[in-house]
Amino acid sequence: MKECPRIELTAMDVLMIRLFDAIDEANMPWVMAADRALRDAFGDELIDLVPSYTTLMLHYDCLRLEHGQARERIERVLQHLEPAGTELGERHEIPVWYDPSVGPELNRVAERAGIAIEELVRRHCARDYYVFALGFAPGYGFMGLVEESLATPRLTTPRRRVPAGSVGIADRQTAIYPLLSPGGWNILGRTALPLFEHARRGEPLLRPGDRVRFVSIPRDEFVRQGGDTTPLEEAR
Amino acid sequence: MKEVTAQIACLRVIQAGPLALIEDGGRFGVRHLGVTQSGGADWVSLRWANWLLGNELDSAALEIVIGGGLTLEAESDATLALVGADLSAELDGEPLAPGASFRVLAGQRLVFRQPRNGLRAYLAVPGGFDVPEVLGSRSATPRERLGGHAGDGRSLQAGDRLSWHGSADAGRELPSAASAYDTLTGDRLALVLGAQIGHFSGPSLYRAFNTPWRVDDRADRMGVRLVGPSLQCQLAGMVSEGIPLGAVQVPPDGQPIVLLNDRQTIGGYPRLGALTPLAAARLAQCLPGQGLRLVAISRAQALEAHRRCLAAFC
Repeated sequence: MKECPRIELTAMDVLMIRLFDAIDEANMPWVMAADRALRDAFGDELIDLVPSYTTLMLHYDCLRLEHGQARERIERVLQHLEPAGTELGERHEIPVWYDPSVGPELNRVAERAGIAIEELVRRHCARDYYVFALGFAPGYGFMGLVEESLATPRLTTPRRRVPAGSVGIADRQTAIYPLLSPGGWNILGRTALPLFEHARRGEPLLRPGDRVRFVSIPRDEFVRQGGDTTPLEEAR
Repeated sequence: MKEVTAQIACLRVIQAGPLALIEDGGRFGVRHLGVTQSGGADWVSLRWANWLLGNELDSAALEIVIGGGLTLEAESDATLALVGADLSAELDGEPLAPGASFRVLAGQRLVFRQPRNGLRAYLAVPGGFDVPEVLGSRSATPRERLGGHAGDGRSLQAGDRLSWHGSADAGRELPSAASAYDTLTGDRLALVLGAQIGHFSGPSLYRAFNTPWRVDDRADRMGVRLVGPSLQCQLAGMVSEGIPLGAVQVPPDGQPIVLLNDRQTIGGYPRLGALTPLAAARLAQCLPGQGLRLVAISRAQALEAHRRCLAAFC
C-alpha cells in the first residue's frame, strides 16, 4: 500500500479514500480489508461505501457525525490495516457458451491477437479474474486483468442492445451484462447465470474482491442450464 | 388530527405523460452493489408534499415530469398534496396550484399539462403509495428496472392503478420557512470544491465560477449537461471511482455534467466538486435553456445550510 493514503473531500458528506494510483490485482486485498474495517468502524453512521479499483468512497451520516470525527475514524482504520486474506472473497466458476452467434467479437479479438478462436477462448478461461468494482448496472462486476494479448478497445459505436448474460472484454477488463442494456464491450459469449435476479434481491453473485474463472461449455450444456440462444444481433 | 378514510384508496391512470415515477427518499446502503441512489430528484418538494399530509417525510409519492397530459382519476374521495413545479395542473378543469393539500372526490380527474414554472411536481397520498420495497426503497429506476408501482422501474402507463391505505392530517399549510428553501427560484447553485480542483487550469476555474451556464436538453434523472465555456483539466486517464450526488464532472469535451439521483455508481472523469443536496434539488427543477451560475462554498457552510433546511420540516 502507499505510504500515505489520501483522504479527499468529495462532497458535503462524502470522503474519498485513495489507497493507490493505478489498477493492479495486488490492490484488492487492501481494498477489501479497508472495506470491512470501515464498515465495522462506522456502523450505522455509514450511508454508503463504494470500493473501486484504487479507492473507497465513503458517504457518512453528516447529521450524526462531524466531519473531523469521520476523518479521524478513517485514519485510525488505515493505520492498522493489514491486507485481507483470499478467504474474504468467494471464487466462482462461470459457465460460458462461446459462439459467434452470441459472441460476435470472437473474430475481432482473435484476429487482433493473431490467434484462433479456440485459443482465444482457452486464454480467456485460463486465469482467475478479480472483481474490482460493481457499477454501470446492478450486479455488473468490472473484472480483470485480461491477458495482455487479448486487450481490445471498446467498439467505436456502442450497441443499443446487449442481451443479459453477455460476456465481454474492454481493454484488459472483462464483465458480464446482468440485464439487457446498451454497451460497447467486445462480446465473446453468454452465460445462463441469472445475475440480475441475484442483484435485485441484494445478493449479487459477484462482489468486489471475489475471483471469477470462466469455463467454456458447449451449446447443449448452455441450453440445459436455461440459456437463451437467440443470436445477439436479434436481441429485443 | 388524522381523518378517517376508506380502507384502500386508488388513482387510475387514464392517460400517461412522458414520465411519472413513484419515488421516495432513495435507495441507500446498496451503492457497492452497483445500484444507484434513485429517489425524488427534488427531495425538498417531495418532503413538503408528504409533510402536508402528515406522512413520514420520505414516503413514496409520484414524481411527475413535464406533465404532458398525464391524467389520473380518483376511485375514492381523498386528501392529496401537490408540491414542486407548476405543471398547469387541473382538477376537473379547475386550475390547481402546487404548494397545498386538496380534496379530490371519487370520479374527479387530475390533469398535468405543461411546465409553467419548474420541471417536476410531487403528488403525495395519505401514508404514501402501496408499493413493495426493492432493496430498501420504493423508488422506480427505469434504467435498472427496479422498484416503482410495477416493480420493474417503469413509468406510469394508461390503465395502471396506484393505491394507498393511509390517512391524512387535515388542514396543514406550508410554513413560511418552506419558501426559504424554494427549489424553483434562484439561479445560483452552491458547490463544494473537490480534491481534483487543482488539476483544472486557472482560466478554466475562473470561467467555471464567473460565467453563466445554460442547462442543455440532454438532461434527465441521471445527469444534467451544462453548456458554456470549455473547461480544461490536466488530469487524464483517471481510474473509475465512486460518484457522489451532485458531482460536477468534466469529460474531455470540457462541458460539465452534473450527476443526479440515477447516476452510474462509479465513473472516471475529473470533477470540480459536488453540488450541495439543496442545489441538486434546484438543478432537478431547471428546464433546458435555463441559465445558472456555480458558486463555491465551504463544506461547513454547505452543512449549515443543509441543517437549516432540514430544521424547517420540524
